[in-house]
Amino acid sequence: MKVIELNNICKAFGDNKANHNVCFNLKKGEIHALLGENGAGKSTLMNILYGLYSCDSGDIVINGDTVEVENPSKAIEHGVGMVHQHFMLVPQLSVTQNIFLGMKETGLFLKMDELKKKVAELNESFGFNVDPSAVIWQLPVGVQQKVEILKALMRDAKILILDEPTAVLTPHEVKELFGSIKKLTKSGYSIILITHKMEEVLDYCDRVTIMREGQVVDTLLVSEADHDILAKAMVGRDVCLDRIIEPQESGEVLLKLEGVTVLNDKKLPAVKNLSLEVARGEILGIAGVDGNGQLELGEAIVGLRKIEEGTMNLIGQNTTHAKPRTMMDLGMAHIPDDRHKKGLVLDFSIKENLILGSQRDEIYHNGLLMNYAKVKEEAERMVEEFDVRPRNIELTGAMLSGGNQQKVILAREVSRNPEVLIALQPTRGLDIGAIEFVRGKIIEERKNNKAVLLVSTDLDEILTLSDRIAIMYKGEIIGIVPPETPVEEIGLLMGGIKNKKPKGGEPDESQV
Amino acid sequence: MEVLQLTNFLAAAVRMAAPLLLASLGLVISERAGIINIGVEGIMLMAAFAGYAGSKLAGGYWYGLMVAILVSIAIISVFAITTIKYKSQQVIVGAALNMFCAGLSSFLYRLIFYNTGRFDEGIAAASFPRISIPVLSKIPILGPVLFNHNVLVYFSFVMVAVLWIVINKTSLGLKIIAAGEHPKAADSLGINVLHVRYLATIFSGIMIGIAGAYLSIAQASSFGEGMTAGRGFIAMAVVILGKWSPIGALLGALFFGAATALQLLFQITGVEVPRNIIMMIPYIATVVAVLIVSRNKVGAPSALGVPYEKS
Repeated sequence: MKVIELNNICKAFGDNKANHNVCFNLKKGEIHALLGENGAGKSTLMNILYGLYSCDSGDIVINGDTVEVENPSKAIEHGVGMVHQHFMLVPQLSVTQNIFLGMKETGLFLKMDELKKKVAELNESFGFNVDPSAVIWQLPVGVQQKVEILKALMRDAKILILDEPTAVLTPHEVKELFGSIKKLTKSGYSIILITHKMEEVLDYCDRVTIMREGQVVDTLLVSEADHDILAKAMVGRDVCLDRIIEPQESGEVLLKLEGVTVLNDKKLPAVKNLSLEVARGEILGIAGVDGNGQLELGEAIVGLRKIEEGTMNLIGQNTTHAKPRTMMDLGMAHIPDDRHKKGLVLDFSIKENLILGSQRDEIYHNGLLMNYAKVKEEAERMVEEFDVRPRNIELTGAMLSGGNQQKVILAREVSRNPEVLIALQPTRGLDIGAIEFVRGKIIEERKNNKAVLLVSTDLDEILTLSDRIAIMYKGEIIGIVPPETPVEEIGLLMGGIKNKKPKGGEPDESQV
Repeated sequence: MEVLQLTNFLAAAVRMAAPLLLASLGLVISERAGIINIGVEGIMLMAAFAGYAGSKLAGGYWYGLMVAILVSIAIISVFAITTIKYKSQQVIVGAALNMFCAGLSSFLYRLIFYNTGRFDEGIAAASFPRISIPVLSKIPILGPVLFNHNVLVYFSFVMVAVLWIVINKTSLGLKIIAAGEHPKAADSLGINVLHVRYLATIFSGIMIGIAGAYLSIAQASSFGEGMTAGRGFIAMAVVILGKWSPIGALLGALFFGAATALQLLFQITGVEVPRNIIMMIPYIATVVAVLIVSRNKVGAPSALGVPYEKS
C-alpha cells in the first residue's frame, strides 16, 4: 500500500530547476532512502511534501487522496512529520514545551504536568528515554534529535521525513537512531530518509530512490543494490576513491617544525614539543582522533595561532612568529577546517571570495581602485577549471553547496601557485563526487612537486593520500609510519598505544 | 517626620515607576517575539500629546486615554508593517519614528492649542484622580506607598501578573517565545510567525499608549514638548535590566522610579549640589545598571531585531 505518491513534481528557483518531473512513492512500513549528492534536489522535494515550498506543478497524493499542502500545518494534518537537518527546537524551552509548541490540542492554558506525562508515555512506548523537563540547550544532539522525532509522533505523524539525520551524530548515536526507526516501522510508521551516505542506505533501508541534478535517476530495492551501483547513479559516472598515488621521489624540505608547543583556547597545551618535516613532492598525512591537537597544529602552521615554543621554518625562512600574510607571500596555501568561518566570507560573491587574499596583487588593481574586469575574468576562469556549480560568479558564498564552497576555496588557494599546501579536513561533510574532486586536486599538487600537509580525522582519507602518516595523540606525534602499515597498527597508535619496534623510515620524533 | 519623608519618597518612586513599567511590559512582549522598537520614545511622546488633547478637547481623561491608545496603535502599526511585512531594519524605522513623533507632537500642540483660545480657561486637562483603596490604603507606610494611586498604577501592577501568566503558562506565551528565539522552528510547526509578531507589537503599542497618557494626564495634567525626556529609552533599559521578564521589568522600573524620586527629593530638600547634576541621576543609573547587567551574557531573544523571512 502506497502512503505517499509524488507525481511529476517540478520546482524551479529562478533558472535553477531544483526538481524536474520528479516521481516518488512510499510504501507503508518501509524505510525509503532518498539518496543524492548535495544540491540534487532531495531536500527541495521533501520541503514540498512538507509544505515549506510550493511546487510549480505536479500532484501530491497522501493515502490515496490528492491533496494541497500549502504549509506545514497541512502536512501535519495529513500525518506527515519532518525532522530537519538543522533542528527546529527552541533552545530555551523544555522538551515538553518544544513538543507541544503550536499544538492546538493544548488549549490556551498549559497543564504542564499532564503534558509531561504524555511525553513520558510516548517515550516509553518507543524506548526513547528523554527527560520531559530537560531544557533543550543542555541536551546532547543525539537526544535533541529524539525530541524532534517525538515532536512528530505527538502530532500523530505516521509518515516521517528525516533530513540527513546522522550528520551530527556519533557512530553510537547513529546505531541507536536506526534502532528506534526500525521499531517505528514495525508499528506501522513509514520513513523517508534523506541522505548522501551510501552505507546508511545499504545497512538500514528497504528501498532507495536516487536523485541527481533535480531528477530521479532510479528507484530500486536495496537488496538489489550495492556500493558501486549507488555511487554511479548518484554521481552519474564511475567514482574512484582508491589510492592512486604513484611513487615519487621527494625533494628538499619546505616546511619544518622543531619542538613546537601551541596552546588551545583554554590556554592548555594542545601541541607539545612537536617536530615534523614536509618535503617537496610528498603528502604528509596527520592522522588521529579528533581533538588530539591536530586543529591547533594546523592553525599554528598557517599563523592563526601563536607558537609558544619551538621554531617553524618555511622554505628556508624562520616563520615562527610570522603573520599569515607573510606565509602566504612565501608560498603557503591553506584549506581551513571550517569553510564557513575561516574559508569564505559567506556574504561575498564567489568572484570576491576567489580573489580574497590576492586583492593586493598588481593584476587586480590599478592604483587605488580594484580592476573588477580582471577579477571577473580570472574568477570565470577558476570557476570553469574547478567546476564550481552553478557557474554564476555573482552568487554569494552562502548560496553554494558545501562541495562547491570547498571548490571555491581550493580554486583560490591553488591558483596562487603555492609551494606548500596545508589542507585541514579538506573533505569533511562533502559528498562523494566532491570528495573525489578535492582529493584529485591535492594529488595534483603533489605531482607538481609541492609539499602537502594533510590533516584529517578520516583514516581512509589519510591512507588514500599520504606518502607518510604521522599519528597524533594528545598533542604529540606518537609515530610516523608508511601507508602500507596495517590499519590495526595505526588504529592502536591513534589510541595512544605505541608499538615497541618503530616502523618506517623516520625516527620516532615524539620525545617527552 | 522621618517616616513621612520615607513614605513620600517610596510613593513617589512608585508613581515614577508606573509609566516605565507600562511601557517596558509592552516592550517585554514585543521583544520576546523578536521585535526591537527604539521608536518607543517617540510613540510615547505622541501618546502623551494625544492623551492630553483627548482629555482637554473631549473633556474627560478616559477619552484622553482612548485617544492615546489609538494614536499609539496607529503609529506602531506603521512600524509593524514596515518591519514585519517589508523587513525594514527595525532600529532605523524606530529612529525615524522618534524624530517624526518629536516633530509632529510639537507641531500639533502648537497648531491646536496656541492662540486658539483653548488655553483661555487654563492649560490643565482633566486627569486621572487618585483612588485610595479602602482598608488597604490605611496600612501604615505600605498603604500610602502602594494603595493610594491612580487607576493606571494599579493596572500596571495587574499587568505584571497577567503577562507573567501569559508568558509562562499559556500556549500563546510559547508561541511568542518561539517567534523570538527560533522563528523558523515556530514556522515549521505551523505557527504564523508574522501574526505573532504583529500581535505582540500591537499589544506593546497599547501599553506604550497608556504609558504616554500616564505622563500627561495622570502624573501631570498638561503636555510639554519633549515631555518623555528619554523615558522610552529608559523603558528599553528596564527590559534589559529585567531580563525580558515581567517581574524583572517591575523591579527594574521600581529601581529607575526610585532614582527619579531621589532626584526629586534632592531638589526639594535642597542638597548643595548643582541642580543639573541631580537631574542626571536617573540617566546615570540607567547607564550604570545596563552596563553591569550586560557584563554577563544577558540572554536577549536570539532573533531579536532579525526580520523573519520564509526561505
